[in-house]
Order: sequence, then C-alpha cells, then structure tokens
Amino acid sequence: MIHPIPPGTRDILPDEMRELRRLHLAMIEVFESRGYGEVATPAIEYDEVLARGDGRTAASAYRFFDERGDLLALRSDMTVPIARLVASRYADSEWPLRLCYLANAFRAVRPQRGQMREFAQAGVELIGAPAPAGTVEIIEVLEATLDAAGLDRAVIGLGDADLYRQLLTEFKVEGEARDAILGRLATHDLVGLEVELSQAGLAAEQVDTCVALSQLRGGREVLDQARAIGGTAVERATARLGETFGALEERGVAERVRVDLGLLRDLGYYSGAILEVYDPAIGHVLGGGGRYDELLKRFGIDLPAAGFALYLERVHVAQMEESRREEPS
Amino acid sequence: MSVEVAGMAGAKADGPLKLAVPRGALLSGTLDVLDAAGVDTAAVRGESRSLIFPGEGITLVTMRPSDVPTYVEAGAADVGITGKDVLLEQADRMVYELLDLGFGRCRMVLAGRKGDESLGESQRRLGMMRIATKYPRIAERYFESTGRQVETIEVKGSVELAPLIGLGDGIVDLVATGRTLEENDLEVREEIVECTARFVANRVAHKLRAAEIDELTAKLREATAP
Repeated sequence: MIHPIPPGTRDILPDEMRELRRLHLAMIEVFESRGYGEVATPAIEYDEVLARGDGRTAASAYRFFDERGDLLALRSDMTVPIARLVASRYADSEWPLRLCYLANAFRAVRPQRGQMREFAQAGVELIGAPAPAGTVEIIEVLEATLDAAGLDRAVIGLGDADLYRQLLTEFKVEGEARDAILGRLATHDLVGLEVELSQAGLAAEQVDTCVALSQLRGGREVLDQARAIGGTAVERATARLGETFGALEERGVAERVRVDLGLLRDLGYYSGAILEVYDPAIGHVLGGGGRYDELLKRFGIDLPAAGFALYLERVHVAQMEESRREEPS
Repeated sequence: MSVEVAGMAGAKADGPLKLAVPRGALLSGTLDVLDAAGVDTAAVRGESRSLIFPGEGITLVTMRPSDVPTYVEAGAADVGITGKDVLLEQADRMVYELLDLGFGRCRMVLAGRKGDESLGESQRRLGMMRIATKYPRIAERYFESTGRQVETIEVKGSVELAPLIGLGDGIVDLVATGRTLEENDLEVREEIVECTARFVANRVAHKLRAAEIDELTAKLREATAP
C-alpha cells in the first residue's frame, strides 16, 4: 500500500544516506578543524523570534499553535536561530565565536524544480569578527569545504549587499519605486529594470549606470570597471570589495572567487559582503551567505558576523555530476 | 557609456553554449535575429526533424516556447528565447531576462463577443466574471490588480470558442493581428500587456559563462537595435 507524503518532502534510503553521511562528515571535519563547534537548535521556534530576524523574507511559511495558544514556526534557515542562541547562551563569551551546523530547514517553495520544502543545510557562523578579516575567514572555510566535497570546479561569487540600496539613495529613489527596482535586480530582470528605473524618473545616464553595474562580474578588473562608472555608492562598495579581494589574494585563495556586482541575496538581513556558490555541473545555486552585521543587534547584542550555508543535497548532486563527467561510461 | 565585457577567466565551460529556440510563431523571427548576430541557423531552417543542432560555439535546441523557461531554469539550456507572455505566465521560474528582442510583438487582451454585454452584466449581477484563458496566472493577476473578481477557466486549445458557446463571459488571450478575434465575432475590450520575444539566461550559466553570454547579448542587442 502506498501512503503519500507532502509535496517537497522525501524519504532517504540507505544507499543515498551512506553518501550523504560521508559528505556531511567531510564537511563537519573541515568546520571542526578550523575551530567551528557544531550546534543543533530546535526545528520549531516561537514565530516572534524568527520574525525578528527578517519579518519580510525569512519568515516561516509553516506556522501553527501549540496547546497554550503560542504561535510556533518551522525555521526557514539556521542563521536566525543561531543569532537567537548566541544572544541567549553566549552573551558573555569571548569573541569571535565559531559555530557550525548541519540541519534541516523548511520553505514553501514550489517543488519539482531542484528545490525541496524540507532541505538540509551545512554551514558556519562566525560571530564577532568584522570585515574584511571575518569575511576572508569564512570564504577560506567555504573553499576548504568545497574541496572536501570534491567540487574543485566550483566558483564563489562575491558581491555587496549595500551597493544598490546606497546607489538608489544617492539617486534619491525611495519607497515603492525603490522596492520595485531592488525586486527587478534580485530576479535579474534587466528589461523590467530599465522600465522601472525610467519610471522612477532617473536620467538616462543613471539608468545606464545601474544596468551596467548589474552586469559586471569577473576578476579584479571588474572593480576598476565599476570605479570608472563613479559615484559614492559605487566607490564605497568597490573599496569594501577591493579590501576583501586583496586580502584573499594575499592569502592565495582568490583564484576561485569572482567579483560580482550583480549579486543580490533575497534574505533581508545581509549587509556588506554577500556570497553565492556555483558549480558548472548543475544549473542551481549550491549555497550562499555573507555578512549580517546588523542582525545580532535585533537580538540585543551588537556584533558583526558572517556565515555561509550549502544545500547538502545539491552539493551531493553536483558531486555525482562531476564524477560522471570525469569517468564517462 | 560603454562597459567592457567582463571576462570569467578560469571558469571552465562544458562544451558549446546551449541555446533554447522556440518552435512555432516565434521561430522565424528567432532564426533571423540569430543570423544577424552571427549564429549559424541553416541546419534548423533545413528539413531535418532533429531537435538538437550542434554548432560551432553554440548548440541550438528547439522546443515549445512554453518549455523554454523550464529548460533554462534547470540549466539544461544555458540561454534561450521565448515570449514575454510565457515568462509572465511562469513568473516563478528563476531565469534572468537579459534583453527585449523586439520581434513577435503581440498584445495580451481581454476580449468579449461583439455587442454582447455579458462581461459587464456578470460583473454587476454576479459580482464576478468568468474568463476562459490559456494564461490563468496572467489573467488572475490582472483582475486582482484592477480590483475585480473573476473565475478563470483554463483551456488548452482555441480559446475563442469558449464564449461563443457559453463557457465564460470573455477570454484573456494573446492577439497579434486581431484576425482570429474578428473571424469569431469577438472584440478587444481591454489591453493587459504588450509582449515581445525575450532573451533569457540560466542563473548559474550567467555567472560561469559570463564572457560568452555577454558577447551573445551584445550581438543580439546590436541585431535588434531599432
């Protein structure tokens, strides 16, 4: 007899589980060897706590009442629960604090598109280490993790979460028009972006600046190309990115990092450097992260922080595709 | 202002770029702009029944226009060309829309029978209209944004048939010349959005094959410049 399970969820059987476990252990070993201690938090939290992290975009889609009438929610990522944990349990700790996890999170995505509603994430959070040193550290851990997973072709995109917010402030675009423009940038709808920018009353030159910036991605030369475009927001973002990228070069770990001024993460708590991870073997993003220097403030401790999370199952798919590519049958 | 095409030094590509080509009404326009952009389309124009046409630097893959976002989102095709109507109807597909190619221009409209007031009458007396369409999400979003309630009835084939024999009060459909509406005694009541062919890219390919995609985008932009 067949008993259904909800769409976007799945069972894992021994053959796959064995490989996932191996991958998980390899990743945790990298995290631990670099001083990141593994933690677990409950899958359900008070909705009010998760909403504090990011009410608009990270709020859970799965909410329910307990027997006392309190509103509970399934977590949609691990960064917010860990911010809660750090504020409650480590307020008097010595900084920086290094934590890592492998945990399931839940999002109401439309299934069957390489996205599940319940998925496993492996990641790290580095609390109390400011940019650029903190950013450089998590990128190094990320690279070591990708190496441990055997994804030596994987690439890390490095962008700046504040670039367009500051650019639009500089252009004096506010309110709905600003949200519409940021929305087009996030989905990378360039045709719609030009329309929204013109409708917001920007001059042709400003429209060109914004569109051109969103297309700049590559090596260090991208920073010079951006600087040539000019403006305070661009100057600030390229200075920050240049500092981070320079530190990565100094440590000899910049080779697989691509500067990407078109990058925009959909989670609202990011500020400063943001990351995304790609592998040529699969069409979906493997994971991402970045700095969230303002998030812990919402939990009562004012500390800079950064982290990343990889989708365990997608890394597993990429691993399989890469090994197929190496040994064509 | 011009910005130099950003190179992706070090990103190792897997074979030629795969471009999803829509069959049907957009096919000839697509092949024309590809020719103008220096992509060889002779094989697709030939008599072959193949679906895949390997070429130098770019492999063309032909498919239904409505499948283009699916293939591109998954990365099975790196880039593709399809109508804005398809992209709007599948708005939740994560593909990057890089360029308005300008051809295949048509309008998404609300149409009703000539001289027939059932759209207005249903709205007034029943509080909602019944709309037959192949584009239920575009229709729902449009009526929601204009504060009207509708019951959308999704059909797959000739939607003009629906109001003629009593399935719905009107239709939401794509109109190029308006001849089909005319022949079926229907008329445009409201224009919803204008649609043209768009050039789209997979999110990861756009990052990892930046130089190739930027070059193709620039050529297509030049080929379609007004």
